[in-house]
Amino acid sequence: MIGRGYLPIILVTLLIAATPLVISSNSFFNFTVLVLIIALAAQGWNLLGGIGGQTSFGHSMFFGIGAYTASMLQTHLGVNAWLSLVAAIAAGALAGLIVGFLSFRAGLRGSYFALVTLAFAELLRVLANASELTGGAAGLLLKLDPGFANMQFSSRPTFMLLALAFVFASLVITQKIVNSRFGAHLVAVRENEDAAKALGVDVLTVKLKAISLSGAMTAAAGVLYVQYFLYIDAGIAFGIWISIEALLAPMVGGRGMVLGPLIGAFTLHGLGEITKSFAGRVPGIDLIVFAIVLIVVIAFASSGILGLLKKLADRFSSKEGA
Amino acid sequence: MLKVENATMRFGGLIAVNNASLDVREGSITGLIGPNGAGKTTLFAIIAGFLKPTEGAISLYGKDITTEQPHRRAISGIARTFQIVQPFAGLNVHENITVGAYLRHAKPSDAVEKAREVARQVGLEKDLEKSAASLTVAGRKRLELARALATEPKILLLDEVLAGLNPSEIRDIIPVIRTIRNSGVTILMIEHVMQAVMNLCEHVYVLAQGKMIAEGTPTVVCNDQAVIEAYLGKGSAERIARQSAENTGGPNA
Ligand SMILES: Nc1ncnc2c1ncn2[C@@H]1O[C@H](COP(=O)(O)OP(=O)(O)OP(=O)(O)O)[C@@H](O)[C@H]1O
Ligand SMILES: [Mg+2]
Repeated sequence: MIGRGYLPIILVTLLIAATPLVISSNSFFNFTVLVLIIALAAQGWNLLGGIGGQTSFGHSMFFGIGAYTASMLQTHLGVNAWLSLVAAIAAGALAGLIVGFLSFRAGLRGSYFALVTLAFAELLRVLANASELTGGAAGLLLKLDPGFANMQFSSRPTFMLLALAFVFASLVITQKIVNSRFGAHLVAVRENEDAAKALGVDVLTVKLKAISLSGAMTAAAGVLYVQYFLYIDAGIAFGIWISIEALLAPMVGGRGMVLGPLIGAFTLHGLGEITKSFAGRVPGIDLIVFAIVLIVVIAFASSGILGLLKKLADRFSSKEGA
Repeated sequence: MLKVENATMRFGGLIAVNNASLDVREGSITGLIGPNGAGKTTLFAIIAGFLKPTEGAISLYGKDITTEQPHRRAISGIARTFQIVQPFAGLNVHENITVGAYLRHAKPSDAVEKAREVARQVGLEKDLEKSAASLTVAGRKRLELARALATEPKILLLDEVLAGLNPSEIRDIIPVIRTIRNSGVTILMIEHVMQAVMNLCEHVYVLAQGKMIAEGTPTVVCNDQAVIEAYLGKGSAERIARQSAENTGGPNA
């Protein structure tokens, strides 16, 4: 028997895992790998911002810390890729704890918290761009050496399955949290901090737990990125693009819902690709699509695609019952 | 069991609570009354740890808790409701109550079951699946009560849970409050509805302009000169006494 909420996760994962059986186009796997990396980064955001209600504008800080930790350990110290992955995830969690401690303890909420996260991300971008350890403006290149031990795979479907395994793990972890006491506390903090306190919820600890888990997940996405593209620079790792992707995917897919980030990432990038195939290589056309999708979601489905589906399902079932 | 000693709360120049003390006996229903703006809600916030008093001490079962965080006090057994209801608006009634139940039940199925039981106790069992935001005023007050009760407190602080209810709703909820007390929970309640205070409370404290001006049984307190003046203005006690003397002593009596 499987617990509440796990069935859709398993089905969606199996669906994606089966694509290599019927599709062989490399551009499809390139597309899917990028979407899965974004979905993983966005799941980190969703845990803190969607379920916990602490909106971040700077999740690139965790993405970048993950990417740089993994690549610096490998290039400078020759550490094994999988060990570097573990260290990068730990670094993401630690960074979350530090940022959380500084901002939540000071009582920062809402847009103040969001702006502080943005400031941290920008600070790290500037530092990474200037420091020698991070390769400065030139960035860092991982040595191409495919093989399981190096977490590099020349076959794109194989890398896609790796990314999918990470996404699957993030979905299961998120669902476990949602079903737990910690999940209920997190939602309570989002809905009303004072009421939560009165019911014995340790608001600060709950937020710190959430932000370090969130940082860990998004850092893992940064590692996947660098293992796939074998290159990182400050503009990619700490760039605003991934902060926006991490925030947009849950907003579109369904903020605070377990499958929201994955659905959102696929929808946004799917629409982006379709538009590109019509409009050709007009620069920035996919960004325009993003903007339109966001406006449509905010105007007509503020709880995202999954929220809308749920509402329709509720209406349908209540009509059935009537 | 719960003691407030010489609590003072200053907001800048305003003294909301002024050297007020109170002592709640275990197993009692104790009332806290007083005119609008007297500082009652502020005193509750001090007891529950939401405000740090400028001066004074709070203790529970003899243990000083003055510097404890609100969530620690909830664990120690203090639960409060909010005068301005604070539901988790995005959640349904059952989920709202379950958050409270999680304080003593870590396992989800236990917490969910406890929440259902509490909902039954306060008469919300039909509304479990309803969104908290869709409840009527009376429903929201019951939800405040249920959530606090689900934490299985030793002492329950009720801040005007009857305000905004119509007479029949008040009649419905009074026995609920009495049952809670009979189940072993001590109650300290702020209330403006005097019928309920007379009906439920064994002991009443009266706060006016931040000062504790009287205490005693409801009847004693209601006939207290200082209390009447606090509610109706200076000189009113004397005026009322004179009028009633004239009425009883008059030819038409
Ligand atoms: N956080 C605050 N900052 C400044 N002043 C406050 C604050 N909270 C309460 N006050 C003031 O303290 C006084 C006491 O308020 P309080 O809410 O405790 O009264 P109350 O007895 O509960 O009144 P009511 O019966 O209307 O609920 C009021 O003058 C109020 O304006
Ligand atoms: Mg009040």
